[in-house]
Amino acid sequence: MSQSPGRELLHVDGLTATVAGKTILKGIDLTVRAGEVHAIMGPNGSGKSTLSKVLAGHPAYEVTGGGATFLGANLLDLEPEERARAGFFLSFQYPVEVPGVANGQFLRLVYNTVQGARGREELDPLEFDDFVRDKMKLLEMDPAFLDRSVNEGFSGGEKKRNEILQMALLEPSLAFLDETDSGLDIDALRVVAGGINALRSADNAVVLVTHYQRLLDYVVPDYVHVMEGGRLVKTGGRELALELERRGYDWVAQEARAA
Amino acid sequence: MSTVLQNLIDQPYQHGFVTDIESDTVPKGLSEEVIRQISLKKDEPDWLLEFRLAAYRHWLTLSEPAWPNVKYPPIDYQDIIYYSAPKPKNKLASMDEVDPELRRTFEKLGVPLHEQAALAGVAVDVIFDSVSVTTTYKQKLADVGIVFCSFSEAVREHPELVRRYLGTVVPAADNFYAALNSAVFTDGSFVYIPRGVKCPMELSTYFRINTQESGQFERTLIVAEEGAEVSYLEGCTAPRFDTNQLHAAVVELVALDNAYIKYSTVQNWYAGDANGVGGIYNFVTKRGLCQGVNSRISWTQVETGSAITWKYPSCVLLGENSVGEFYSVALTNHRQQADTGTKMIHVGRNTRSTIVSKGISAGESNNSYRGLVKIGPKAAGARNYSQCDSMLIGDRCGANTFPYIDVQNSTARVEHEATTSKIGEDQLFYFASRGIGNEEAVSMIINGFVKDVFTQLPMEFAVEAGRLLGLKLEGSVG
Repeated sequence: MSQSPGRELLHVDGLTATVAGKTILKGIDLTVRAGEVHAIMGPNGSGKSTLSKVLAGHPAYEVTGGGATFLGANLLDLEPEERARAGFFLSFQYPVEVPGVANGQFLRLVYNTVQGARGREELDPLEFDDFVRDKMKLLEMDPAFLDRSVNEGFSGGEKKRNEILQMALLEPSLAFLDETDSGLDIDALRVVAGGINALRSADNAVVLVTHYQRLLDYVVPDYVHVMEGGRLVKTGGRELALELERRGYDWVAQEARAA
Repeated sequence: MSTVLQNLIDQPYQHGFVTDIESDTVPKGLSEEVIRQISLKKDEPDWLLEFRLAAYRHWLTLSEPAWPNVKYPPIDYQDIIYYSAPKPKNKLASMDEVDPELRRTFEKLGVPLHEQAALAGVAVDVIFDSVSVTTTYKQKLADVGIVFCSFSEAVREHPELVRRYLGTVVPAADNFYAALNSAVFTDGSFVYIPRGVKCPMELSTYFRINTQESGQFERTLIVAEEGAEVSYLEGCTAPRFDTNQLHAAVVELVALDNAYIKYSTVQNWYAGDANGVGGIYNFVTKRGLCQGVNSRISWTQVETGSAITWKYPSCVLLGENSVGEFYSVALTNHRQQADTGTKMIHVGRNTRSTIVSKGISAGESNNSYRGLVKIGPKAAGARNYSQCDSMLIGDRCGANTFPYIDVQNSTARVEHEATTSKIGEDQLFYFASRGIGNEEAVSMIINGFVKDVFTQLPMEFAVEAGRLLGLKLEGSVG
């Protein structure tokens, strides 16, 4: 854990949200500072993925109360693409396939769009090719993935690597990684985790949304939060994840109900 | 469905203007007398008048096809003007003599005429309503023996060729609309490529409907002699009207031994307004005959306009080893209806065909693919590959696929693949979460979807096709 707290990247205060009339988030409080790694754990249906999507601006979810600021600005006022350009990144649990669109072309559009929005230099196709191949080495990805359609026919692990590759290109201030470890075998997990660690710095932060603690063996969190019934009901350090691994989630839920 | 996405696909038609030019018309309605008047105005030979009258008499015995998956109010064929032409001023010696109003119309449409044509290397046979106004590059083509002219001129200058091939691929009695066209067609294009000649440039014709309530009945005939090759481009735009306009064209292609005809279309007739009022009824019969051995006919179409499209560019594969191809993008929005596809009729041995159809439906439109692959008893070793993909934008539109396969030879191989996908919230959200707005996302997804077809278009046409898809779906298709 860092000695002096980094600057505040994300501040979520009493956030509630619904989808199709059903309340999923029932009051989320969360602060993430630069240099930190957070893990949000919890059983299926507890609202982990919903929190990521609401913060990224998925239009199917309606924020019904509370607020969220990102780098001091009202996050909820921004369109989803504006959030991404401002440095908020979401790695999808199930990345969509885009038939007919070459991955390399897509990645270059993504990169240049965000670079342009941040007033930085855009790259022409040849420059970008060198740049992206370099980043792909980090994730041990075959350059042939540039010529294939975006995510089409990719295995689960290939899709996740492609997500982290986009994180590497966009250099977000804050990355929510939704179930990035699911569908990865142990070797792929090590590679992807290595990529995430390589991208960490004192200026950015990562929030790992995960079901299991095995990813946390590689990307070690400063804080572990347990989500239950649309609330973060317990927060601890690295050891909490190990305790959850041993004891499951039920005792946390019981504790929360008793409180 | 996000409102942003809806706005993108709701962009109004940008070619909706009416050019104010005096038109020489015959009275509304259809009769033998009207047909005789048309033939007389065009100073046609007797055999052609007889062809028309025979078609008309047969048409009277036919009824409109009811099987297409489209709905429209009954058409009153007596309420249509069957002939309309810009008033001739004498013979035009050069572009400078063309009516300035007409030239401004072409400029608004971006027709590459005059120097533009020269720069683009495109010979443009301009059809304005029903009569050809001018033809460029004719001399250069004539030097290698190619005939590229209006249909009327072909009737005057090359009657023997027209008479030999007219109605041989699409007989006058073929179907209701083909019979109607055969009776009343006013003009169109004629192309003849002599033996062994490879056409040195793309041949391009722009069609345009102008006079309100005038049906448009073009007739196109392309003949490629042995070993000849030609790439022909047809593009359409039409001004904005509130009453429906009937468009029933007939296109016939003939490819002899080792000949290759590539026929590309970008169609952007007025589609009606957002509520389905107005728009063109595009009921077209297009067919190519691969008559000779090793001949090849390739249809590529990008259909973005018309209130209703009913169109099945087809190939009859008669010659041994002949090849038929159909590459299609059909986009419908608002209340547009399209029932389009192809027929590949394998008659000869070792004939091959490829069908790639991409349907895009948005708004409340309905888009159907209808295709027939027929392998005749003598078509030993025939092969077909068909791929029919549909993309839905939003949840109020429809996409249908009606594949018909009829195999009468056990050595044939026929493959059919079909997919349906949807541009929905999740796909757009994925792009947005990477900083890409909806407009650009839709553009990229659509361009990826149609890529297999667009790579078949001649380069200069691919640009225009992208522009038209852009008009329909968003501002900036790259």
